[in-house]
Amino acid sequence: MNEQTPLTETMTMAAALNSALHLAMDADSKVLLLGEDVADPIGGVLKISKGLSTKYGRDRVRPTPIAESGIIGAAVGLALGGYKPIAEIMFMDFTTVCLDQIVNHAAKLRYMSGGHTAVPLTIRTGVGTRRFGAQHAQNLEAWFMHTPGIKVVVPATAADAKGLLMSCIDDPDPCLFIEHFDLVFTQKDEVPVGEHRVPLGQAAIRRPGDQVTVITYGTQVRTAMAAAQELAEQGISVEVIDLRTLVPLDMDTVLESVEKTRRAVVLHDAHTFCGPGAELAAQITENLWGELLAPVLRLGAGYSPVPFAAGLDFHPTADDVVAAVGQLLGR
Amino acid sequence: MLTTSELQDMYRLMALITATSNRACAEVKAGSLQSAFYPVRGLEGVCAALGVAKQPGDQLVSTYRSLGDALAWGSDLRRVIAEIYGRADGVCGGKGGPMHLHDTSVGYMTSTGIVGSGIPIAVGLGIAAQLDGPNSNGTGRAVVTTFGDGATSIGAFHEGMNMAALWKLPVLFLCQNNQWGEHTPIAEYAGSTDLAGRAASYGMTAVKVDGFDPVATADVLREALERARSDGGPTFVEAMTYRLTGHSGSADYSYMPAEELAAALERDPVPSFRRAMLTSGQISEADLDSIEASVAATVDDAFTFAQASPEVEGHLRYRDVFAEGASLAGMGVRA
Ligand SMILES: Cc1ncc(C[n+]2csc(CCOP(=O)(O)OP(=O)(O)O)c2C)c(N)n1
Repeated sequence: MNEQTPLTETMTMAAALNSALHLAMDADSKVLLLGEDVADPIGGVLKISKGLSTKYGRDRVRPTPIAESGIIGAAVGLALGGYKPIAEIMFMDFTTVCLDQIVNHAAKLRYMSGGHTAVPLTIRTGVGTRRFGAQHAQNLEAWFMHTPGIKVVVPATAADAKGLLMSCIDDPDPCLFIEHFDLVFTQKDEVPVGEHRVPLGQAAIRRPGDQVTVITYGTQVRTAMAAAQELAEQGISVEVIDLRTLVPLDMDTVLESVEKTRRAVVLHDAHTFCGPGAELAAQITENLWGELLAPVLRLGAGYSPVPFAAGLDFHPTADDVVAAVGQLLGR
Repeated sequence: MLTTSELQDMYRLMALITATSNRACAEVKAGSLQSAFYPVRGLEGVCAALGVAKQPGDQLVSTYRSLGDALAWGSDLRRVIAEIYGRADGVCGGKGGPMHLHDTSVGYMTSTGIVGSGIPIAVGLGIAAQLDGPNSNGTGRAVVTTFGDGATSIGAFHEGMNMAALWKLPVLFLCQNNQWGEHTPIAEYAGSTDLAGRAASYGMTAVKVDGFDPVATADVLREALERARSDGGPTFVEAMTYRLTGHSGSADYSYMPAEELAAALERDPVPSFRRAMLTSGQISEADLDSIEASVAATVDDAFTFAQASPEVEGHLRYRDVFAEGASLAGMGVRA
């Protein structure tokens, strides 16, 4: 009997990420990983780098001191020195202690040197959940969108986690790759076996529809899909766009969709105030002012630190999306 | 031991650095150079020592006060000055400016305007050099990072020093101790002003040297670079100098104690070295004069070149935000 290689395999996002790292390190000896606790036996606090140091050695999979500026600074230097570093910052909240290296150095060196120095650096970072409290659960992506020179990537599916991470590692510029703890272990889907790349800057239409467009990314893709399903049962057709990368931002896909539906909701975990949705709403309004049947609505976290108390509302829910869509349809 | 030709090279470099720094300050004061320029007066001996100690292949990470380092590293003076003017012929095509000189053609990898931030970047270049190992001639490359005394206070310094010692990286940490951090003297910001002593506690070789003595400094730097290239680990060198000007090209320096500055000026690198060479007879007066004359002509030529260099063309505004091919359309930039 002929054994057939399966083209895809069901995997968690964690396994997909681990597979992308193995493939990238295998394909190119210039690819390195550095960060706190990344080496075996632990293989990363979420075990995403499991097995890599055993296979590729501690020169290439380097556990570092607890020194975020040092980690990102060293990764910038490695990139200048001809390597393709992947630096892990355990929680996105800890990017606050290495913002200088990300914002002033990684993102600017190509530009300031007139194109003479590239920084092909991938920063992998995790967004924690509310059970960690306010310093381990922040969605700070808008800060980085506001910094020209760094790409911002947020996968929602395991397949995209693999494909987008491989594209980030290949990319000639710095990429911030954001992994949500909520998704890492619970998101499971069909992931292509072997090398898989999803181009940066291409949104995905997760569900076609023609009455309202919901534009989202990361964990909120699930919320949007659940809401869209519920609305479909009520006879309302919602298109769900997963942005996948926030920089570069695929406004073409967004505008094409909203031109059709003439109503839009932007949805994310990040704060509504000055969040990514503000930029999307503004661009949609500027481009489609005469076409829109209602103002673009934003759904995100309210203006408070992340509350630990589970009883307090924080991130938008499917009910919020259903209500927002109802509002846009005048119901 | 330095050869006569090396001594002459050092003198030429020191004279070039002094003359260029003074000319840039004069242009800033006259209003003909609209640029945040940081003079390097007082560092000439340290920079010249670096110039003779470095070898092709070694890499440099500097700061905003980088004119002397850039010239020591072999960057083209005309293009460095054009960069300070923000013109098309600058080493970074005019988009870096005086705080951000880069010249990868000579291994001058980057400069930072953020105090201390070059230190972890040099650590990364050091890891790269260590991973690459020796070249086909059997020698490794060294990475040098220069910074002021004030930079030893910031966290990035601590993080980078610890990593370099931990991984025994081929990095020379060259502290250009000019005794001032902007308007604050070292004794007012450091519990211990013995910076080399502090560096040693990270577990690396640390040396203090008189930065007003270029020959002694060159010896120390050579040894440190040799150690780095032969996988002997990092070295911290504290080169003791004094800032002979204000902090920036236009800054007032009335707050600097007059006697202290006067004493330091007694050791002004170019005239001191000239006296020493005449006394020892290692370089003749005629040779010293001819070096100075050629330096003056070179500096004039570079400023004339820079002032005549075209402005950067408008269409280059969005080039090099990312590598070619990445769309900026979603970010509001339509090609
Ligand atoms: C992180 C940071 N803080 C403050 C400044 C403002 N600043 C510029 S130069 C300087 C003094 C630095 O002193 P030192 O490291 O001794 O270098 P020097 O200027 O004397 O060469 C300061 C405070 C800065 N550029 N970066």
